Formats: sequence, structure tokens, C-alpha cells
Amino acid sequence: MRNPLKPLVEKFGLPRVIIVSFFLFLIAAAGMFHMNLMQLLSDCLRRWGMYGILALAMVPAVQCGIGLNFGISMGIVGGLLGGLIVIQFRVAEMPSLVAVHPLFAMWVAVLLAIVIGVVLATGIGYLYGLLLNRVKGSEMTVTTYVGFSIIAFMNMMWMLLPFTDGELIWPNAGKGLRNTISLAASFSNVMNKTLAFTVAGVTVPTGLLLFFFLMCFLVWLFMRSKTGMAMGAAGANPMFATAAGINVNKMRIIGTVLSTVLAAVGILVYAQGFGFIQLYNGPMMMGFTSVAAVLIGGASPKKARITHVLIGTFLFQGIMALGLPVANQFIPESNLSEVARLIISNGIIIYALSQVKGGSGRE
Amino acid sequence: MNKKSKINMWDFLFQNKVVLMFLVLCIGATIASKQPLTFVIPELFTRIARNSFIVLSLIIPVIAGMGLNFGIVIGAMAAQVAIFFTTYWGLTGFGGFAATVALSTPIAVFFGFLVGKLFNYMKGNEMIGGLVLGYFAEGLYQLLFLFIFGGVIKLNNSDLMIVTGVGVKNTIDLKDTVKYALDTVPMLTIVEVGFYLILIGLVCSTAFKMVKKQEVDVKATVIKAAAAVVVYGLTFIKPVERFLSADRLLLLSAVELGCLVTVLWQAFLFVRWKAQSRRADEDSVSEPFNTQKAIAYVVLAAVVYGLTYVPALYNVLIAVRLPVMTYLCIGALCGFNNILMKTRLGQNMRTVGQSRTVANAAGINVDKTRVIAMIFSTVLASWGQLIFLQNVGTLSTYGAHTQVGQFAIAALLVGGASVQNATNKQALLGIVLFHTLFIVSPLAGKELFGDPAIGEYFRVFVSYGVIAMSLAMHAWKKAAKPKLESDGDGSAEAA
Repeated sequence: MRNPLKPLVEKFGLPRVIIVSFFLFLIAAAGMFHMNLMQLLSDCLRRWGMYGILALAMVPAVQCGIGLNFGISMGIVGGLLGGLIVIQFRVAEMPSLVAVHPLFAMWVAVLLAIVIGVVLATGIGYLYGLLLNRVKGSEMTVTTYVGFSIIAFMNMMWMLLPFTDGELIWPNAGKGLRNTISLAASFSNVMNKTLAFTVAGVTVPTGLLLFFFLMCFLVWLFMRSKTGMAMGAAGANPMFATAAGINVNKMRIIGTVLSTVLAAVGILVYAQGFGFIQLYNGPMMMGFTSVAAVLIGGASPKKARITHVLIGTFLFQGIMALGLPVANQFIPESNLSEVARLIISNGIIIYALSQVKGGSGRE
Repeated sequence: MNKKSKINMWDFLFQNKVVLMFLVLCIGATIASKQPLTFVIPELFTRIARNSFIVLSLIIPVIAGMGLNFGIVIGAMAAQVAIFFTTYWGLTGFGGFAATVALSTPIAVFFGFLVGKLFNYMKGNEMIGGLVLGYFAEGLYQLLFLFIFGGVIKLNNSDLMIVTGVGVKNTIDLKDTVKYALDTVPMLTIVEVGFYLILIGLVCSTAFKMVKKQEVDVKATVIKAAAAVVVYGLTFIKPVERFLSADRLLLLSAVELGCLVTVLWQAFLFVRWKAQSRRADEDSVSEPFNTQKAIAYVVLAAVVYGLTYVPALYNVLIAVRLPVMTYLCIGALCGFNNILMKTRLGQNMRTVGQSRTVANAAGINVDKTRVIAMIFSTVLASWGQLIFLQNVGTLSTYGAHTQVGQFAIAALLVGGASVQNATNKQALLGIVLFHTLFIVSPLAGKELFGDPAIGEYFRVFVSYGVIAMSLAMHAWKKAAKPKLESDGDGSAEAA
């Protein structure tokens, strides 16, 4: 008697089968409780676009051989700085831009923030890549702690940087930047609102999803370019790549920079969808969330594709979006969904790590 | 000759760069905080008593080649589950504390076994694995404390459970249960119990030897027993009894006692050497008496004793009161770490840590040794967390364990340890430096930048930064080693 589930489990891996089943269970439960499924689906779509680019940042990192990049906070910090600068100069409220269209001014603001973020992230990513080339074989451990360190370092910087705008700093003569900064006056929901439409109760944040798909497409295009191919080869088999005349270290730096830049873009897209910029320890665990998302999608520390990002982010964020209201039906006002998030996201990372064969005891 | 010593000094500075950097940082921050030493030092000794045990629990996995054990968080969770139950059952005092230890041990053994098994699947990735595992366990822990306690297991206690009856309160007060249970064990009790334990030990070992038909050294046994009786007898002298009946030891008394013991020990060595050299020819003297060393010790003791009369130091010394039993436990763990390394198991761990291939070839069960190392570490961490909790006196149910691994590892690294090498000395030195920084940095931040929050962020940054730096240095060395070895240069290994 063959177990019909066995090939399925072998192909997708046990955790993914569990997660998909869990997702389906949540949908069934939501339906059973007569919840507004359409509204929940809108929420799924919104979160998909918001978190997607952060998860996308894993693709170049894994492909170039540095593995899962827990240190995307390096890029996140760059993106946050870009956002803060744009708010400081009140770009979204410039009369000449608002005169064209308020939404246009917001787009200019968010794109400017992204450009500043990208420039900063390129510099940070380059240095980061130089470091990672010296710690080959232990990238994941190092990236995690370098990521934590930069967040802790920026905590001090947020206190000391000379921002003056009232939106940014504490109101009562306090010192430093606020914990959460409202984007209502700058670029809150700019992508979500653009071209958004509602079909059968499902709100589709067209602008957000288009931007997300555009980024995916750009990464896809890059991976098929000559440099992208070389980078993939360098990640898959460094010895072979060296023999073929590819500069492995250079390719790793390119991948790291790309990952860091995508993280900077990703955090701004996330912030505009959320409506707030979170400073201090807010983005601390972003790396873990993103890593968990691509892993759920089917990636491994050695291989990650765009499809993994699309599927993984949708499933993971779908569970988050559905989990909270469903959990509240079981136990009102509980943070059961937060507990579920901790268990799922870290459980999948542990599973992925235990699949990497680090050599048996008998080696 | 001169040139060589110069190089050695540079080597010394280079090898201890982390320690020296933190020493400078600590001194600078203490000066900047403008706090008197009478505030900093007592605070520091409290923190040493609280945190040393858990930092020392990190040493065994490092030796077994599993790196810095971020999984000690799980040991801390075992301790908190145990302390929750004993509080629920209403156990108090030292008995309650002992029951908590007894309950937490099997839980920690089980967790340590699971963690060890899992780590065998992720060799080389133990550190990141342990970190993620800590977060994963955090989820399960919250599930247990928020939903299963009260939800699945019915618990009726309005002091512990939140109003709805499902879930445990944010903070649990241990003031009426096990607060200071270990710290306040009187010295008199310790001496008394120690006396009986020594007697029992002597009787048992003699009986064991007689059964095994081994030679019994009657004289040595009698001398040991007599010494124990004399020490115990001393406690019946009124002033001594009064001195020992206190549960805390004044640091001043501790320093004085230390000086006295040093002098007495040297005198004892001298007398023994005299007696031996008179009894036999000189060539049969087992341990030659090092006069220079002895004099140096005696002079040092005298100088330290003299320093206690300096008013500034005197004020500090009378401000600190040491919890004797807690410090004894820390000392015992240091001893345990040392003794373990002399046993066969400890040697196996060391071999596994140096090379799994060699260990396997030598017939050592690598996976089993690693699991045992994890069990040791997890159990010790759970005891360490209990020592911490009984000193603090409140259990922050959802927060007490979260930073345990982070801060303990940072402290160990500040003391000069690395991913592959850690000793008791480095752990203790690291605790002193790291916690000095912890005490003074918010105050220094307030003085320098007008805001204590900057100092707080700074110390968090230091704890992350030192771990990141140490991990990067280790990885860097590891990545650079193959190249060096091919050049026939083994110096990277030596460093």
C-alpha cells in the first residue's frame, strides 16, 4: 500500500504541505464563522504587495551564494533614511507638485525616497559585500548579527541625527526621532490607492501590485542578463565559475548590493502601505519574516526563484491576514496569531537549516 | 632578548585587544557617569552574583565545538516553567527553591536532549540554528503560558492567572516564595552541612576502598577528619558563631579572610616542605618549595590588606555584602568546568571540538558527545536562570528569558573568549566588564548627551556589536585558514 501523499510530501517538503493545509484550514474556518471572505482576500493582496519586495531581496542573495540574507536590515536602514529625508523637506507638500495632482506629488515623494534609499543602500551593500567575502561559509550567522548590530547602532543615530521637522521628532522637546512616524502628510498608501478598484468586494491595490511585479520582472530580467547568469553560476558552483573566468568575489558583491537595494525599496513600499515608518527596533525582525516567506515558497539556502517569492509571500501573509480574525473567533482578544507567526516563521527556518547537510558525525 | 620581549608585549596587547578596549571603555564610562564607586561596585557585585552562573554554562558547548550556545534561552524557559509550578503549589523558602531546581532539571535535560539532537542535523550552523530555535521556542513558550495554562490545564489561582482564567499574568511576584532563598543561606548552615558532607564522604571512600581491598591511607583520612572537626569546632566559639550566623558576607571581611587564607596556605606549604625534607633525603621531596613565589604571595596579601585601610576603598568594601551561597555555587561551577575537562568525557568533548573527523576515527561517538554537551549546558543554564530569578524576586513571565542568551554571550565574548575557546577566567572577567558598562552607560549617556536612552541604546549596541564582531572574526579566520595552511604556516591556528 503506497501512501498517496508521499510523493507530494517528497516534492514540496513536509512543512510546505503543512502550511498549505493550514492556509486552507484558515479559509474554511473563516468561511465557517461567516466572516467577510472578500475583505480578508483584499487584506491578503495588500499584505502580499507590501511584504513582497522585502522577500524578493532574498533572491539575488541566495543566487550569488551568500545564502539567506538575514541582514537585510542594512538596506532597510538606507530606505528609512530616504523616507525621513523626503519627509524632512516636505516634498509631498511642494505647491508646484501638488498643483499637478496631489497623487503625483506623493509619487514624486515616494520615488525620491526610493532613489535616496537606493543610493545609500548601494554604498552600504558594497561594504557589506566586502565583509561577506571574508566570512565565506558562515554568512548566515554573521549576517544575522551584523543586521542586529546596525539596528542597534541606528537606534543611537535616530536619537542624534539632526532632523527638525515636527512630523519626525518628539513633540514635547524630547530628544530624537519618534518611534512611529505617520506618513499621512507625505506618501501614505500612494501605491495602494493608485488605480485601485473593487471587484465583488475585493479591493485590488493595483499600483502596489504593479510595482511589486515590476520589481520581480526587473530581477528576473537581471538574472537572465550576462552578469546575472555569471552571478548564478558563481553562487551555484564557485570552483567551476572561477575556472570559467568569472570573478566570484565580484559577483557576490553584486548580489549583496542588489539584495540590500531591494531591501531599501521594500521597506519604503512596506511603509507606504502601512501608513507609518517604524524606527528603532521596529525593523529588527524583518529579515526573519522575509527569510521565512521565501522558504515557505519553496526556496532553500542554495536556491531561490521569483516564483518562490510570489507563492511564499502570499501564503505567509495570507496566514497572517486570516490568522488574526480567525484566532479571535476562537479566543477573543488574544494574540494567538502572533504566537502562530513566531512558530511558523521560525519553524520553517529551522527546517531549512536542518536540511543543509553540514556533514554527518561519521564524516 | 630585548627585542623578543617587546614583540611579546605587542602580542599580548593584540591578543587581548577586546578586553583592553572594554577596560578603557568601562573606565571612561564610569568617569563620565560621575557616579561614586560606592554606587557602582555594590551594584556590580549584585549583578555578578546574578549572572555568572548562566554565563559559565556557555563554556561546555564552546569546548565541544558547538560555538556559542544561543539555545540557553531554552534552559531559561525550563527554569521558568518550573518556578511557575512551584509558585502555583505554594512552595517557599530554601525548600521551595530546591524543589524548583529538582523540577527544572529533568525538563532541562529533556529540552537539552532535543536541542542536541537537532543541532546534529545542522552541524556548522549551530549558532544561527540556536538563535532561531530560541525564537521558535519563544512561540511555544507563549502558547504554553498564554493558552494552555488555564485553557487546557485548569489552574485556579487569581494571583498567577489573568482575570479570564486563561493565561498567566505578566509578572509573578516571588517575594513571599523563593526570593533570596539561595542568597540568604547562613554561613553557619553552610559550614555545618559542609562538615557532615565531608565526614560522610570520608567514611564512604574508606568503606569503598576496604570493600575493593585497596590500601587505606589511615593517617591521611584521620588528618582530614580532624581538620574538618577543628573547623566545625571553631564555629562553637561565640564571636565566630556570631560572625557566621549572618547570611551575607561583608566584602571587607571577604578580602581580609582571603589575605589570611593566602598567608596560612603558604605557611602550611612551608611547614609541610620542612617536615618532608627532614623525614627523607632531599631528592625524594615531591614538591620543591618555591620561596620566591611564597614571599610574593605573602607580600601581595599584606599589600591588599594594607589597601583596605585606604578610606576610599574602605567605604566601597563596607558597602558590598556578598550572598555567600550564591558565590559558592558559582565557584563550584567553575570547579566543575575544570574537573569535567580532566575526565574522559571532557577530553572527548575537547577532541570533538577540535575535529569531528579525528574524534570519529578515535572511536568517539561524536553525535552522542555533542548531545551530552548540550544537556549539560541547558541544565546549567536553567539553574543559572533560577539563581537570577531568586535574586531579582519577580518573574517577568514573557520577558525574563528573552535577552538571556544575548547578554550572556556578549559578556563571555567581552572577557576575551571566542567561538572556539572559552575559559572560566574569561567568563568572570567578561561579566565584570560587561556589567560595569551596563550599569554606567545610561548614566554616562545622560551626562554626555543629556538623555539616558542613548546610553541604553549604546549598551544594547555593544552587546550586539561584540557578538557580530566575534562571529565575523571567527569566520574570517576559518575562511583564511586553508590558504595559510597551504603555505605551511600554522600561526593562524596558534593564534
